[in-house]
Amino acid sequence: MSDDLRAEIRAAVTAILRGRGEDRTRAGGFDHVVWKDLSEAGFHLVGVPEEAGGSGGDLRDLAEVTDLTAFHAAGVPVAETAFLAGWLLAGAGLPVPGGLVVASLDEAHGHWRDGALRLSGRLRVPWARHADHVVTTARCGQDRMVAVIPGGARRPGGPRLVTAENLAGEPRDVLVLEGVAADQAPAAAPPGLDTAALLTRGALARSVQLAAAARAVLVSARRHITEREQFGRPLARFQAVQQHLAALAAEVAAMQVSAEAAVAAVEHADAGAGVAVAAAKATTSAGARHVAAIGHQLHGALGYSSEHRLGAATTRLWAWREEFGNESHWHDHLAAAGGDDGAWWPLLTGGAR
Amino acid sequence: MTATIHLPPHRLSAASQRLRDEVRGFLDDELRAGAFVPRCDAWMSVADPAFSRRLGARGWIGMTLPSAYGGHDRSPLERFVVTEELLAAGAPVAAHWIADRQMAPSILRHGSKAQRQRYLPAIARGECYFAIGMSEPDAGSDLASVRTRARRVDGGWEITGTKMWTTGAHFAHAIVVLARTDGSPADRHAGLSQFVVDLPAPGVEIRPIGTIDGEHHFNEVVFDAAVVGQDSLLGERGAGWRQVTAELAHERSGPERYMSTVPLLRAWAEQVRQRGDAVAERELGRLTARAWTLRQMSLSVAAALAEGRPPEIAAALVKDLGSRFEGDVVETVRRLAGIEPRRNGPGLEGLLAEAVLHSPVFTLRGGSNEILRSVVARGLGVR
Repeated sequence: MSDDLRAEIRAAVTAILRGRGEDRTRAGGFDHVVWKDLSEAGFHLVGVPEEAGGSGGDLRDLAEVTDLTAFHAAGVPVAETAFLAGWLLAGAGLPVPGGLVVASLDEAHGHWRDGALRLSGRLRVPWARHADHVVTTARCGQDRMVAVIPGGARRPGGPRLVTAENLAGEPRDVLVLEGVAADQAPAAAPPGLDTAALLTRGALARSVQLAAAARAVLVSARRHITEREQFGRPLARFQAVQQHLAALAAEVAAMQVSAEAAVAAVEHADAGAGVAVAAAKATTSAGARHVAAIGHQLHGALGYSSEHRLGAATTRLWAWREEFGNESHWHDHLAAAGGDDGAWWPLLTGGAR
Repeated sequence: MTATIHLPPHRLSAASQRLRDEVRGFLDDELRAGAFVPRCDAWMSVADPAFSRRLGARGWIGMTLPSAYGGHDRSPLERFVVTEELLAAGAPVAAHWIADRQMAPSILRHGSKAQRQRYLPAIARGECYFAIGMSEPDAGSDLASVRTRARRVDGGWEITGTKMWTTGAHFAHAIVVLARTDGSPADRHAGLSQFVVDLPAPGVEIRPIGTIDGEHHFNEVVFDAAVVGQDSLLGERGAGWRQVTAELAHERSGPERYMSTVPLLRAWAEQVRQRGDAVAERELGRLTARAWTLRQMSLSVAAALAEGRPPEIAAALVKDLGSRFEGDVVETVRRLAGIEPRRNGPGLEGLLAEAVLHSPVFTLRGGSNEILRSVVARGLGVR
């Protein structure tokens, strides 16, 4: 998609997010108003092919929408719908059902009975309580299927919902399935569409979100230190404050470039795409700590108040850095890929593996 | 002024991958022939004129210069690929490094036709080496406070003053000197000019500055009423500050700002692979992720340079992060490798020794990190 079209997406999504007012940023829950506006315009399924029931566009378009919702701390599951559920369904050649569709992070156990696929297991499903449908992979003997099951917001006789929230108050629920029937005809998962691929895909989404939340901290900190005066002059006049801000800007730039480079590598199916995602999630997860720490230090005690928007960004940084593998997970992954001296440098330059 | 500093990622072309393979093949051959041993910080400290000439013969020095001046009309991104391959190999490139990195673009941009013809083809052949006379005894990172003066005399200029920390002046064929031609030190940026002075020269004394590792890379260069010709002035009289600032962008922006200790990291990666130590593996993965990100940042700065976008703020930011990473590599390997560093020792022991002893300068050279952060802060509009 062209840069012009991407700029249009950015303008339209920003208008929706700004339109809802800042007081909505604080609650970690579901923002029904924004979700309605985003999904009516089709932004909830950007990057999912139109023939699969998505809105079309490429991965960079999807990353743009994901970035903006995270930057504005909007309580909407774009990463879980377009990045994960839409991707799983399109990959398996299944249509995207209507309503709110999110993905399970775990694989279910499936068995066939009376010609229907029935699923069991405990599945972690972000936003499950608000979802009409949940997409999951299921192991049936030797086969792996992609299936759609009822979400937690649905009828009795469906899955049992166990609710919990992450550090930012976002729903991180568990669905307990005991022979729940699939909502629509399942499909065989093509090779490579498995939990490892789902983890990588989710890591890419969270990298984009982490970089965006970090940028929000930087923007807020910069504004705060130029507006607030202490000891008779703006905070920004203090050299120690400037040094902190520069260190924050450097970390944010590192997070941003790693996420964007990983999106580009996956979009172009580069040989080094797997390494790019691993490095991006490791970089953004590790950077979250410094960004949140410096951000709070620069804001002073004001930033710790629930009245202030800073916490909406920092609690998400602390939550998202753990999801889809924290930095240690991806460090181990990178070490396994590049321990060989012959491979270490080629690994960095986008070579094989 | 912006709210954030954005470094857009850049993807190298398929053609650059072919160039990379060519350079790797050359370096493998050199290593096999025993022409060099990988060293940390080799871009600053390991000069081998014969190696420089072989690179020149391949067309890998002065790559971005026009062919009219002996260059190769290649893009800064192709130069980036060659540069990072040389750094990753720890190849002995210090002889020509400064000439290629900043003097060639500076002379091309500001030099007279005669200066271009005199220096550029020789630089591209890997036969003409430069030193940079910027720092002074009492100046540190404060370049604007230079005291070296140049005054007009019959047929030229007379230069008096002392330059410090000039890398490689003892083997350089020329030095570029920042001097005050007009006004007073209170004028700061105004009234500074640059001169190119061939070495050795009467009235110019080069004294070694030994470093804590017992080696000789730096010099003190004393100009005692040294008279140089009128054609020594580089660029415009009084425009020295602007010229130097552009030069510093080249000095701060390259991959050498995060890759000085990559030869140590590569050697350690080999040890980790053989040992199967889970703690070391995780730390190797951590450094790998960091190196990957720094490389993307460095590549973004190179792309900005190639497109003519000003890279100063982004370069300062990358240099701050990159030079701290260089030290992080040293500390991590030291903590986990289970060896004792030995000067001139074999393999990892020797690499670690030179890396530890060089580590204090990583965050000083090219401008101290604190000064670079104030450049970043200014870029964010808070100074």
